[in-house]
Amino acid sequence: MTESNDNNNSNTAINDGQSSAQLPPPARGYKRNWLPSLVWVIPLVAALVGLVLIINVLNKRGPEIFISFKTAEGLTAGKTKLKYKDVDIGEVENIKLSKDRSNVIVKVQLNKDAKFFTAKDTRFWVVKPRLDPSGISGLSTLFSGAYIAADAGESKEYVREFVGLETQPIVTRDDNGKQFILRAKDIGSLDIGSPVFYRRLKVGRVAAYNLDEDGRGVNLRIFIEQPYTKFVGVNTRFWHTNGIDVEFDASGFKLNTQSLATLALGGLSFLSLDDEPGPIAKENTTFLLAEDESTAFKESDGHSDTAILKFNHSIRGLKPGAPVDFRGVVIGEVKSLGIEYDKKTHQFHMPVAILVYPERLGRTFNEENGAKAKTQNQRLKVMIEDGLRAQLRTGNILTGQKYIALDFFPKAPKIKLAANSVVNEIPTISGSFDELQGHLETIAEKLSTVPFDEIGQEMQTTLKTMHKTLADADQLANSLNNDVVPEIKNAMIDVQKTLDNADRTLVSANKAFSNAENTLSEDSLIQQDIRKTLQALSRAAASLKVLTDYLEQHPESILRGKQADELP
Amino acid sequence: MKVMRTDHPQTHDVYNRRDSVTHVQTAKSLGVVTCHACGKIWRINERENKCAHCHADLHIRKPNSYQRCWAYLIAAWLMYIPANLLPIMVTSTLFDEEKSTILSGIIYFWVSGEWSLAIIVFIASFLVPLLKMLSLMFLLITSQYDCTWGLRQRTHLYKVLEFIGRWSMLDVFVVALLVGLVQIPGYASIVPGAGIIAFSAVVVLTMLASMSFDPRLAWDIAENK
Repeated sequence: MTESNDNNNSNTAINDGQSSAQLPPPARGYKRNWLPSLVWVIPLVAALVGLVLIINVLNKRGPEIFISFKTAEGLTAGKTKLKYKDVDIGEVENIKLSKDRSNVIVKVQLNKDAKFFTAKDTRFWVVKPRLDPSGISGLSTLFSGAYIAADAGESKEYVREFVGLETQPIVTRDDNGKQFILRAKDIGSLDIGSPVFYRRLKVGRVAAYNLDEDGRGVNLRIFIEQPYTKFVGVNTRFWHTNGIDVEFDASGFKLNTQSLATLALGGLSFLSLDDEPGPIAKENTTFLLAEDESTAFKESDGHSDTAILKFNHSIRGLKPGAPVDFRGVVIGEVKSLGIEYDKKTHQFHMPVAILVYPERLGRTFNEENGAKAKTQNQRLKVMIEDGLRAQLRTGNILTGQKYIALDFFPKAPKIKLAANSVVNEIPTISGSFDELQGHLETIAEKLSTVPFDEIGQEMQTTLKTMHKTLADADQLANSLNNDVVPEIKNAMIDVQKTLDNADRTLVSANKAFSNAENTLSEDSLIQQDIRKTLQALSRAAASLKVLTDYLEQHPESILRGKQADELP
Repeated sequence: MKVMRTDHPQTHDVYNRRDSVTHVQTAKSLGVVTCHACGKIWRINERENKCAHCHADLHIRKPNSYQRCWAYLIAAWLMYIPANLLPIMVTSTLFDEEKSTILSGIIYFWVSGEWSLAIIVFIASFLVPLLKMLSLMFLLITSQYDCTWGLRQRTHLYKVLEFIGRWSMLDVFVVALLVGLVQIPGYASIVPGAGIIAFSAVVVLTMLASMSFDPRLAWDIAENK
């Protein structure tokens, strides 16, 4: 169009011009008409290239995700990468505060092929240099800056918003192995990443822990690496490896130590009962975590029953945790001690709560009871009726530590229990030492009832009478000596004989007295005998007096014999 | 040559007095054409358009000026988008990989306090190509729509465009230098990004566009009016 205009113009110019006619015409060339349109190929190519570039870029962009973290420490918008197995799968586009300002929301632009990182259970965390029980990790981030790492989820559900983990997960999904749950009383010195040993070989680690909902224990999640999972069976026992185990027993002093790292950071060990793991445990099987190796291999206690014991005497020396023993076998332990006032009897009781593990009583016992399908309560009732009693015994004379002994005392006073009552109290019986004390007390009481005073007084009066009688006899003898000696010499011989007899009698009486004296404490019956003897003796003295009186009046009777009584 | 010199004050006059434009004849109005290669003057002939002396093609004005200029300009515009969006340089260090676009580089310089450098790069790499393309568009449109306004200013602008265009290659040279210099295997390496190709395409295409533009066309219109 412009071309033809130009030509028209040039034609007019030639007509107008004067000198141009003298000039020679140029050489003949050919006109390439297709060339001008070819120039449009250039913008076409440019458009194509641009389009390809833009499509390429857009194609590379995957979905956008939002990850919330507590802090954006180490993260930079446009620079921080999202990595999986150290391969870039995305980049942080921007970092914003959440609406409630409690955390930061990181917007990450994923690559096209990273789509499955939007699965709902994908986990994200920030990799920073850190030191934990499993070692040092993330050192490279010291120079390159932190990055966000991902653990691909398996969920079929895709979401766009995630909550980032604050710490690196110990177990990622690409780790080969199994997880198990351990129930422990406390966490001890364990932490996330603490090693799990099998024959002192590190085979796993602690992945997580949390407190029980009721706060009664701790649940630990452990991860056992692949080739070792076959050693975890139903019979496997786990225990805390606390670094140093000191044992002091009859065989001597034993010190067990673990590796230095474990010494400082703690760990767990496991082994199977009799080295026979049994059927391989499934993932997420729950095991108990024992305090130490010996507890781990102890027969399982099963459920425990609580019983109350009421003692009426001092329980000094008994402490919570003291053993409850049945004929030398520990079957339970003391849980708590207390003191209780009974308003009815106005007495103090010492209630002692004990835990008894029925399974420790042996399998047959339990099986039999199981067969009878008796309840625990019925079982206990039967046993109490058979004489089951609790007794407080001294375990250690030196320290005065006491323990509870349960045993059957068939001679113990019977206790009748109501048929339907709920029994949780085992009657008590005083201990062997206390029994002896009781016996001594009764003896002392009996002794105190003996009337020693009365016995003494009676004895004194008897002796006084005897003294008087003897004085009389002396007088008589004197009068006989003075008045009638010559005449009654023969009679005196008789008298002498009689007196000898009396003397002998007195001697025997004396013996009797001394006997009585000796045996006074033995029985009061002897005393009575003595009294009778003394009475007989006084009677004999009386008849002697009659005789002497007669002889005084009738001295001739010694020669002539006794005359018939004169009639007055 | 002497004639040219004696003409000089006259041309100076032409520049100063607008109404005298039509009084000066052009080669075209005289019906002659100059050979660009050897300088011989020929009579304008539609069929015979080859210099009989040196066999170069003869053009009264730059051939297909508007068409070519538009084609290059559109292509330049198209390439301008990826040139600014795509990274021009990928810096990989031991731990990190950083992609920088032209604008991110400018922002980096500005933030790190290198204001003068930021301004230079901003002008040379961003503003100049943009203004060049806009100016070319302005010149093209005004010429095509027979606008005789500010013919001298427009010609001056064209002169500036031709001069300034080459400075846009600054970025391309920087990247080419860095890529050549920083190649420490395993530690650090710099790789040119797709952006720099697009950017150099923009520079080349704008240069081609300004080369294909013929400012005489605007003056022709003024002459014919």
